[in-house]
Amino acid sequence: MARSALLRAAVFITALVFALSPATALKVDVSEFDLANGMKVVVIPDHRAPVVTHMVWYKVGAADEEKGKAGIAHFLEHLLFKGTKKIPAGEFSKIIKRNGGVDNAFTSQDFTAYFQRIAKDRLEMVMQMEADRMVNLTLSDKDVLPERAVVREERRSRTDNNPQSLFGEQVRAALYTAHPYGTPVIGWMSEVAQLTRKDAVDFYHKYYTPSNAILIVAGDVTADEIKKLAKKYYGVLKNTATPGPRHRTEEPEPIAARRVIMKDKRVSSPSLMRMYLAPSYSTSKDGEAMALSVLSQIIGGGATSRFYKQLVIRDKVAASASSWYNGDGLDSGVFGIYSIPADRDDTSKVEAAIDEIIADIIKNGVTEEELARAKRTLEANTIYALDNQRELANAFGEALTQGQSVKDVLQWSDRIKTVSAKQVRQAARHILQIKRSVTGLLLKDKS
Amino acid sequence: MNFIRHAVATVIAIGFVVVSISTASAINIKKVKSKSGITAWLVEDHTVPMIAFEFLFKGGSSADPKDKQGLSNFLSATMDEGAGELDSSAFQQRLSDLSVKLSFENGRDYFYGSMKTLTRNRDEAFGLLKLALNKPRFDKEPVERMRRQLVISLKRAATRPRTIAARAWSRSLIGDHPYAGSSDGTVAGIMAITADDLKAAKNRLIARDGLMVAVSGDIDAKSLARLLDDTFGDLPEKSGMPEVPDVTYNEKGSINVIEQNIPQSIIQFGHKGIMRDDPDFIPVFVMNFILGGGGFGSRLTEEVREKRGLSYSVYSALSPRDHGAFFFGTAATVNKRVAETIKVIKQQIARMAKDGPTAKELEAAKNYLTGSYPLRFDSNTKIASQLLGLQQTRRGIHYVENRNQLIRQVTLQQVRKAAAKLLKPDSLIFTIVGKPEGIKSSAN
Repeated sequence: MARSALLRAAVFITALVFALSPATALKVDVSEFDLANGMKVVVIPDHRAPVVTHMVWYKVGAADEEKGKAGIAHFLEHLLFKGTKKIPAGEFSKIIKRNGGVDNAFTSQDFTAYFQRIAKDRLEMVMQMEADRMVNLTLSDKDVLPERAVVREERRSRTDNNPQSLFGEQVRAALYTAHPYGTPVIGWMSEVAQLTRKDAVDFYHKYYTPSNAILIVAGDVTADEIKKLAKKYYGVLKNTATPGPRHRTEEPEPIAARRVIMKDKRVSSPSLMRMYLAPSYSTSKDGEAMALSVLSQIIGGGATSRFYKQLVIRDKVAASASSWYNGDGLDSGVFGIYSIPADRDDTSKVEAAIDEIIADIIKNGVTEEELARAKRTLEANTIYALDNQRELANAFGEALTQGQSVKDVLQWSDRIKTVSAKQVRQAARHILQIKRSVTGLLLKDKS
Repeated sequence: MNFIRHAVATVIAIGFVVVSISTASAINIKKVKSKSGITAWLVEDHTVPMIAFEFLFKGGSSADPKDKQGLSNFLSATMDEGAGELDSSAFQQRLSDLSVKLSFENGRDYFYGSMKTLTRNRDEAFGLLKLALNKPRFDKEPVERMRRQLVISLKRAATRPRTIAARAWSRSLIGDHPYAGSSDGTVAGIMAITADDLKAAKNRLIARDGLMVAVSGDIDAKSLARLLDDTFGDLPEKSGMPEVPDVTYNEKGSINVIEQNIPQSIIQFGHKGIMRDDPDFIPVFVMNFILGGGGFGSRLTEEVREKRGLSYSVYSALSPRDHGAFFFGTAATVNKRVAETIKVIKQQIARMAKDGPTAKELEAAKNYLTGSYPLRFDSNTKIASQLLGLQQTRRGIHYVENRNQLIRQVTLQQVRKAAAKLLKPDSLIFTIVGKPEGIKSSAN
């Protein structure tokens, strides 16, 4: 549905890998330039269909919220679809639709993004509208209060009605002792219920300004035409705010393994989720994030991984088992494990078996064959990602709002190729220490 | 917008290309026929070095035996778990080494296959697909492993409020017709299925007469024609799937509450729908877009979400299948506002049934539906799945080129008639899962 929160919480089972490979001679001809007001522009031509994906990404997300205002970044995202002086309240999406386009927006810990997908000949209109709401938003209580009720229903639908989601939220909250990544993007219900029009307006005025935004246009366009249009619509906007550097409370070095045990009557089979605090692509040193990508593939990436072969096929202690690495965060990343035990009443066997596999990798490392296979899979995924215009645009938006560059995205698969077995083992030894982790068990409440 | 232009017929000598539709842009659909007579729809595009390959066989979960419900689901989970000389691990390893993404999925009326491969591994990828289709092994280990996974996932689904609402609603509308059951089967059914059952199901289902194929990406017609023969040529000519009866509908409206201790109630509503080959299908489709199919701007979203903040998501949809058709929608709201939500939904449906849409709404709907059509064709993956869907619903290769014209021609008069024909406020069945306040089930 429209105006959804892109909740990192939802990424349980698979890590999403967005990246491109120039080495395979792909026809991705990405251009990048800055407008005079500091707004960055990225153009990704794709001439296969006469359509465009137009996105504006703001370098602000839930982790930038003040204490007590959890959910304001996402709430404001909803409110950007209300009005400006030029566009009456509630008309934005309808205008896009009347012109044959689709639009939506999403919020994460580190970014808020708005997009439209539409016929190429409507691009100029869309740019005009998006530029308008960057600086001219008008909000009245008549629009804000029903929308707050909508967000509360959204939270009930996504989280409160779903024990798996509540569980993920709890595990994540336990992973961070100080850093705001522990607060859910959609916000805690108690705080969302108190958010006001003024909170939204203040947040908007603090963060929505051209120098804090990135324009990404993918599709049937050239860099030259976008340069002209971007100047015309976004380049003329004056900066209205100086958000300043994004310093969030630093997460201290973890020293204690934590356990979260949640029981819920609605659970039919137990599950185990573990998260390790890890570096992200933008914070990691010496290619550790690359090594973690490869490591997650080897440990739990699909039917040929160690987890699947040993826990699911050979020992039959798990019905499913996987691992993932999310390296997108501005301040840190997460290495995660998820498993459904085969035994409905006992999670200890699975946990012991998981620990054994991790201990083995830390002690003996991975084989050259495993390494080569993992790299091959990761590289292939980058080629498949090229097939999807929106996914491509997302890859750049996520990178640029989270401390990486266009070059980082383009070189991702080349860098993956350089990862050695030794680096993978070192990354495992460093990151997969139990003291860096939260182990969560979601069990059936039998009372 | 001239997304799609006129059809140009091209016939190429070696007996594979029959018709080709070229468009203003990159879309150019060819019908490829192999030497042995297998046809596929192809959009050739060499931009990305990959091929999206989608296919289906006629026959799905609605044909599962009564005592083995879940047979086609089980089949879809085990077809890629070892074939020919390769056991499950070896087969999966081979797929992984070649970066081939192969999966099978069962629908109600069809059984779907999907393969993506990089161009450089093309022939090996098709070799693996051929093995899976012709010589799946159904070894004990993967069969038991999949059985465990399927049972867990069925039990999980059975606790999800949305699933509970959808199933109960279907039962209220169509009783014990197979469409009302879970397309994934039952725990008892999955437990009863043996490897021999899977083999027999495969032999009944996987045959050339029910096959449809759609392809998009880095492959030419000649190579595709050869691969079609290589991959599907050895399959039996005729399938042996049992007939599925047509649905009979309960047309008496009701409200049914299933109590669950959750903060938000799930509401599913609807009644009998309209078959896709009905001459009024397109006007009904346009009408439903205005009522609740179109998100923001649709009446349900405006009234339920935008004005009152009752639900994050609210929509109505048409679901025409081979043996029955449904009109349904959902909303989810905090328990104390369920009565209000139901009232608003009912009012909107009744209003549309009585007066139809306004001319302005119709114009906006046409603009969206025609203008957004190209968005469905901007990647290989999407194109292949569109082409397969068009074949499945028997809309012919020229549909892509004519479709926007069909929408544009719809008149206000037709949509009004369509609204009155489809929407029957007194026949609406509401199923609610949660702890709604002030709502009781209708007496039956």
